[in-house]
Amino acid sequence: MATDTGQRPASAPSSLRSSGPSRYADPLFRAIAFTAGASVLVILGLMIGTTTRDALPVFEYQGLVSFFTSDEWRAGFSRTEFTGEYGAFSFIYGTVVTSLLAVAVALPLAIAVSLYINRLAPKRLKRPLAYTVELLAAIPSVVYGLWGLLFFAPTFIRPVMELLNRTLEPVPILGRLFAGPVFTTSYFTAGMVLAVMILPIITAITREVMAQVPRDQVDAAYGMGATDFEVMTKVIIRTSFPGIVGATMLGLGRALGETIAVAMLVGGSQRWGLSLFFGGDSMAGHIANTFQDAAPETVLALIAVGVGLFVITVIVNVLARLLVWRIGRVAGDAALRRRP
Amino acid sequence: MVDNTQAQAAPTAAPAQTGQTNTAPEFTPRHTTVPREVGEAVFDVETVSVAYGGAPALKEVSMRIPKGEITALIGPSGCGKSTMLRCLNRMNDLIDGASVSGRITYHGEDIYAEDVDPAEVRRRIGMVFQKPNPFAMSIYDNVAFGPKLHGMKSNLDDRVEKALRGAALWDEVKDKLNDQGHALSGGQQQRLCIARAIALEPDVILMDEPASALDPISTLAIEDLMRKLRGQYSIVIVTHNMQQAARISDRTAFFTVDMEQGVRVGELVEYDLTETVFTNASDQRTESYITGRFG
Repeated sequence: MATDTGQRPASAPSSLRSSGPSRYADPLFRAIAFTAGASVLVILGLMIGTTTRDALPVFEYQGLVSFFTSDEWRAGFSRTEFTGEYGAFSFIYGTVVTSLLAVAVALPLAIAVSLYINRLAPKRLKRPLAYTVELLAAIPSVVYGLWGLLFFAPTFIRPVMELLNRTLEPVPILGRLFAGPVFTTSYFTAGMVLAVMILPIITAITREVMAQVPRDQVDAAYGMGATDFEVMTKVIIRTSFPGIVGATMLGLGRALGETIAVAMLVGGSQRWGLSLFFGGDSMAGHIANTFQDAAPETVLALIAVGVGLFVITVIVNVLARLLVWRIGRVAGDAALRRRP
Repeated sequence: MVDNTQAQAAPTAAPAQTGQTNTAPEFTPRHTTVPREVGEAVFDVETVSVAYGGAPALKEVSMRIPKGEITALIGPSGCGKSTMLRCLNRMNDLIDGASVSGRITYHGEDIYAEDVDPAEVRRRIGMVFQKPNPFAMSIYDNVAFGPKLHGMKSNLDDRVEKALRGAALWDEVKDKLNDQGHALSGGQQQRLCIARAIALEPDVILMDEPASALDPISTLAIEDLMRKLRGQYSIVIVTHNMQQAARISDRTAFFTVDMEQGVRVGELVEYDLTETVFTNASDQRTESYITGRFG
């Protein structure tokens, strides 16, 4: 400074020390943040610990392999020992089939909706439409269950099932998935309602990643004489593919864990059938449907089913991460790879 | 500046003190001189005006763009030169609220006629953008994208090689056609985009400031390439760089911004042989811009 005379102001040294309550603010905040972060791990640890503790005797009694592969489920009534039969395959099958069905229906719909919102809809329709789709996620799942049971299944899904049954049952091999008899509450019914439930999740993410496709890529394709359709399929979907995979996996995770709507719509029997029109049960659905009246040994068995479900969802999520990471890495690697 | 001989006279490099007389960039014609009258025109632009959402952007431009030559559109920011360029292959259609009036014919055919398919127009009239924008796919697939799109699938390998050779990129990439287009350097990416455009065998290439995102060496490579493509293709280039226009173009159109009832509107001031525009401009505004007094 031009006026610096080399003399320091007398107050300088003390002003450098923090004073007052503010000197505790940072450490305090640090402690609170740490506690919050740690509590997440503690809660997760407790949950895994206690459920696994309860489930272990069931796995021991039934045998781990038999628990996942046997379709013999007979609830016991003992307070002190295991007397029933606890093969959960029927429910695992129900969970997997309803969820895959939901994804198979919801994914193409979500891509179409996202393309419409991003590329085709008139400007003033875009936001309301996106908002409406997301609103679907705000509807409580018990409402979905009731609506599905009382309206959607009898008036819409049932006729579709009968049509599919009539036209596809004669087809060899594939026909077995569409074999009768047709039950109004079935894997198919639950899968369709699940599709509506996971549509907003998949759409929200798909729409977002499609919106991120760089404008210059789109212009490049148009500049070469691509039509709207070609731009959408060859540039937009292609570029946002990793994001769409991630969105799908997230939707699948939601479908696997969905409980009450599925419990109301899936049929509720303890058997399973290859046909999509069979009324079976899912893992979460079976827990919800029978927990109330279960004897102590069966409660433990249901907890074991819960642990099994948790394991399946964890596997799906890990696979999803790996898949997204792998796709991203392939593109990234290729971009970084250069000849020496 | 890239070119030493011209850098000395470049307006941006010259000390811009008030009162000092600036000189135009030295002009050295690169081609055999072309006649002043446009012979065979590839585009005939007749009183074309463009508005975005009702606000005028470009006012009543008329010009004949010759076949086989390089035509440069220059002018200050916002003068509508890019807008003009994007009218020539109907890229403005993609902008919400853009409206084009007047008439543009391409080999005598009105490209804005009702039964004309804009995708077909863009297939014939290639475009290279300001920022290199290869697709996130391999070099090969980038070049093959257009031909595949339009069902030109026979001898695809040959087409790709021919296009890459045409864009002076073949020798640099022939051993790594499966590498990602993004892995190339900026200048190579831009030449890849040119290869991608010429793979469709267009007869016109529109270039929207193709070298503005590139380093000087890559810029020179692109300019060399343009000289090579001249004749086989008609090239219309928008450039901010006046030296570039002087170096490569046969004709130059100078656009400027005019205030009209409080709105900035672009207009065509002068369109002539590049030599004439740079050495003997007939409009005062052109001379002022070229000598660096504004813009």
